Amino acid sequence: MLKIDNLTKRFGGLAAVNNVSIEFEANKINAIIGPNGAGKSTFFNLVAGAMPPTEGRIEYQGMDITGMACDRIARLGIARTFQTTNLFEESTVLDNLIVGHRLRTQSRLWDVIINSKRLRDEEKKCRARAQEVLDFVGLSHIGHRITADISQEEKKRVAFALALATDPELVLLDEPAGGINPEETENLAGLIRKMVEHGVTVCLIEHKMDMIMSLADKIMVLDHGEKIAEGTPDEIRNNPVVIEAYLGSDDDAAA
Amino acid sequence: MNALQKISDFFMTPAMKILLILAAVLFPFVASNEYQIYVMALAFVWAIAVYGMNIITGLCGQLNLAHGGFFAIGAYTLSILAVDHGWGFWWAFLAAGGAGALLGFLAGVVSLRLKEHYFAIFTLCVGFIIYLLIDKWEALTHGALGIIDIPAPNGFGLVDFTQTTPFYYLALTFMVLSIWLAARIANSLLGRSFRAIRISDDLAESLGINLMRNKVLAFVLSTTYASVAGALYAGLVRFIGPAEAEVVHTFDMITYLLVGGIGTLMGPLIGTMAITWLTQSLQFLEEYRMIVFGPMLVVLVIFFPRGVVGSFLTWRGRRLAAAQDAQAESAAKKKPKANNTVNSSAREAGNHA
Amino acid sequence: MDLFLQQVLNGLTLGSIYGLVALGLTLVYGILHVPNFAHGALYMVGAYVSYVTMVDFGVNYWLAMIAAAGVVALLAVLCERLVFNPLRHAPPIHDKIAAIGIMLFLEALVQMHWGAEFRRMPTPYTEILNVAGMTIPAQRVLIIIGAFSLMAVLHLFLKKTMTGSTIVAMAQNREGAFLVGIDANRVAMMTFAISGGLAAVGATLFAPINLVYPAMGHLLIMKAFVIIILGGMGSIPGAIVGGLIIGFAEAFGGFYISTDYKDIIAFALLVVILSIKPTGLFTKGVR
Repeated sequence: MLKIDNLTKRFGGLAAVNNVSIEFEANKINAIIGPNGAGKSTFFNLVAGAMPPTEGRIEYQGMDITGMACDRIARLGIARTFQTTNLFEESTVLDNLIVGHRLRTQSRLWDVIINSKRLRDEEKKCRARAQEVLDFVGLSHIGHRITADISQEEKKRVAFALALATDPELVLLDEPAGGINPEETENLAGLIRKMVEHGVTVCLIEHKMDMIMSLADKIMVLDHGEKIAEGTPDEIRNNPVVIEAYLGSDDDAAA
Repeated sequence: MNALQKISDFFMTPAMKILLILAAVLFPFVASNEYQIYVMALAFVWAIAVYGMNIITGLCGQLNLAHGGFFAIGAYTLSILAVDHGWGFWWAFLAAGGAGALLGFLAGVVSLRLKEHYFAIFTLCVGFIIYLLIDKWEALTHGALGIIDIPAPNGFGLVDFTQTTPFYYLALTFMVLSIWLAARIANSLLGRSFRAIRISDDLAESLGINLMRNKVLAFVLSTTYASVAGALYAGLVRFIGPAEAEVVHTFDMITYLLVGGIGTLMGPLIGTMAITWLTQSLQFLEEYRMIVFGPMLVVLVIFFPRGVVGSFLTWRGRRLAAAQDAQAESAAKKKPKANNTVNSSAREAGNHA
Repeated sequence: MDLFLQQVLNGLTLGSIYGLVALGLTLVYGILHVPNFAHGALYMVGAYVSYVTMVDFGVNYWLAMIAAAGVVALLAVLCERLVFNPLRHAPPIHDKIAAIGIMLFLEALVQMHWGAEFRRMPTPYTEILNVAGMTIPAQRVLIIIGAFSLMAVLHLFLKKTMTGSTIVAMAQNREGAFLVGIDANRVAMMTFAISGGLAAVGATLFAPINLVYPAMGHLLIMKAFVIIILGGMGSIPGAIVGGLIIGFAEAFGGFYISTDYKDIIAFALLVVILSIKPTGLFTKGVR
């Protein structure tokens, strides 16, 4: 699905991601963990095309996507969510999601001016897709609410839905469970499993170890930009290098 | 509450639009003097420019401080072609729109690579360069003297646009067309792409939206609006000078936009009308209007960042949502066992809205 | 050759004032990420305060400068408290519009009170020095020495004092500064006060060889923005170097190319530079 070779990103002299190679399989939940500043978010940014890597190669479904623009990568089927959920607070929840399917449509300014059939069809299609993903994340009962008024957990779900509206095959989730309580985290984990059941490959960054250990099929551990371990949750749990990295830094591994 | 509800519902109906247009059509008959009609026509012209600003700044979220400069480019293109080169008004008018689009495209391609603050500062400088060029390039623009004897729009012998009332209807027509197009854009997938960019560049890109293409399109649309408004302005006022390009006009337009409601459809119109008539009724304000407008801008962005229309829409949206929740709840109470019906009935309610 | 040296002197004069104004702007930007469009208006208010204290109250030039610095510093702190602080978490477009609002207000207020006419600020230093065949007005020497000594004092303040180093720390890493327990409010107010003070001193130094009028800050603030984009937003040495670059470009451009278009040089330079490198000349990293 996603094959990464010797990926490196340097800012000035500092390597935020250093020579990382890994392969993520389709239809699996892959997790990336590591102490703060380990280069996890940079890694995501590289995969999503938000910044070009200094060295290395990213291959997605056999295609070289290294250095490709963000919006093209999204059209190829890689969607992502961000640590901070950015939504259009003044619109309704459903309204927020319609734009998610825009990348699968063709209408241009001219279609808008003459209100072409293509535009009307595509708008219907986008709206239908928005309703679908809203149902999928279990929020159809609040589709009409103003986004500013819904809870943090619901916003996270809307962000998931927005990513799903792009018809992705791989979804990158950056700290999906940040800032929500344990019970909500459990529900969100359920939703992530449901995404995989429906044929979406998931790759996530997370600090909540309980969640990762029960959820992930494969874990990669980053520390100071370098991959220090990869494997199943059990392998990671018992890996002395990982334990060292977490105890060595002041990061609370249990959190 | 019920009466309030009915009024607010009425605001959203097509009947309201017809009523507004009717009121505008009848205005010259009820105006007490020609000056009022002139002021209104001028306000329509400014409103067109503000609609342009709303596309790049309101929908797309990029604070364009060169907007007044593009207004001046429209006014000057028309005037130079019509006065110095003897073009007919409407040909010069088309050329003015084209000049706004072309120069907007060039400025946009360079400036839109910059983000947020850089973009605002850069466009402030672009606006100033436009002003300096108009002020200093005497061979082309007549410099500080300005251009006089600009022809009024050609009425082809049917209408005399040197008269205030016919021009009023011309300006009204152009404004209605501008609002119509702005509405088309705002409600379409294109407008949604623009708004995604307003939320965040990163988010928009992650949704497969090409930032540069969409931003440049929004920018060109906005500069075209501005230059068309500028050309109409020249045809109404019939003399222009470098003062037309001063950055203070951009600030005026920001005020109109913010008062009415940035990013909303009727905001630019309401803001422009409200402020125009406020300054008219408080004549002493004209020169010192910024003593009121300045603090007003500050208060607006802190307490009412969405302006009159935006605040109304949010209030209405909340109320509708609450009504639907109540409906869903009562439906659920009737069938307490079937938990799922909460979802489906709410969805139904959503579809009806 | 004399003419050439004369232009060097002009460039140095302009550059040191530009640097001083840009320094305040860059400090505020570096720490609060507010592009303070009202900074030029603060500069203008500074000039008026010195003018009034000198002409109407007959106070000494240096005391007037201190008074102006104090008043404008206070004004800047007020702006921070009343406007920018409440807008900390607002979308980025809002603080810019608010800054424009402050600018419009201050200008209109000054114009209402003192009128739009141009005024000449008196200075006790009217001698013309003759050095190596060059005629040098004493005020220009004062500007150059004054501006650079102020920059040196600021440098010492930022490097050697506790308050100064917290400001630097916060400019470099805002989140980190919060973690180590820096009082962000105090730093923000302090930064605005310094920035306002610098603008007022710059205005009092520069106004005697220029004119005092309500719109005097317009061109300057735009040039100051060009300078800090050139030098990298938030960079202190960048502001000084950028100021000198623009100062020299204008002095020589005005002399050898065209006085009419000398004000455009800075902006043309900006357009060219940003077209090639959208993040400015001296910036590193992503932003």
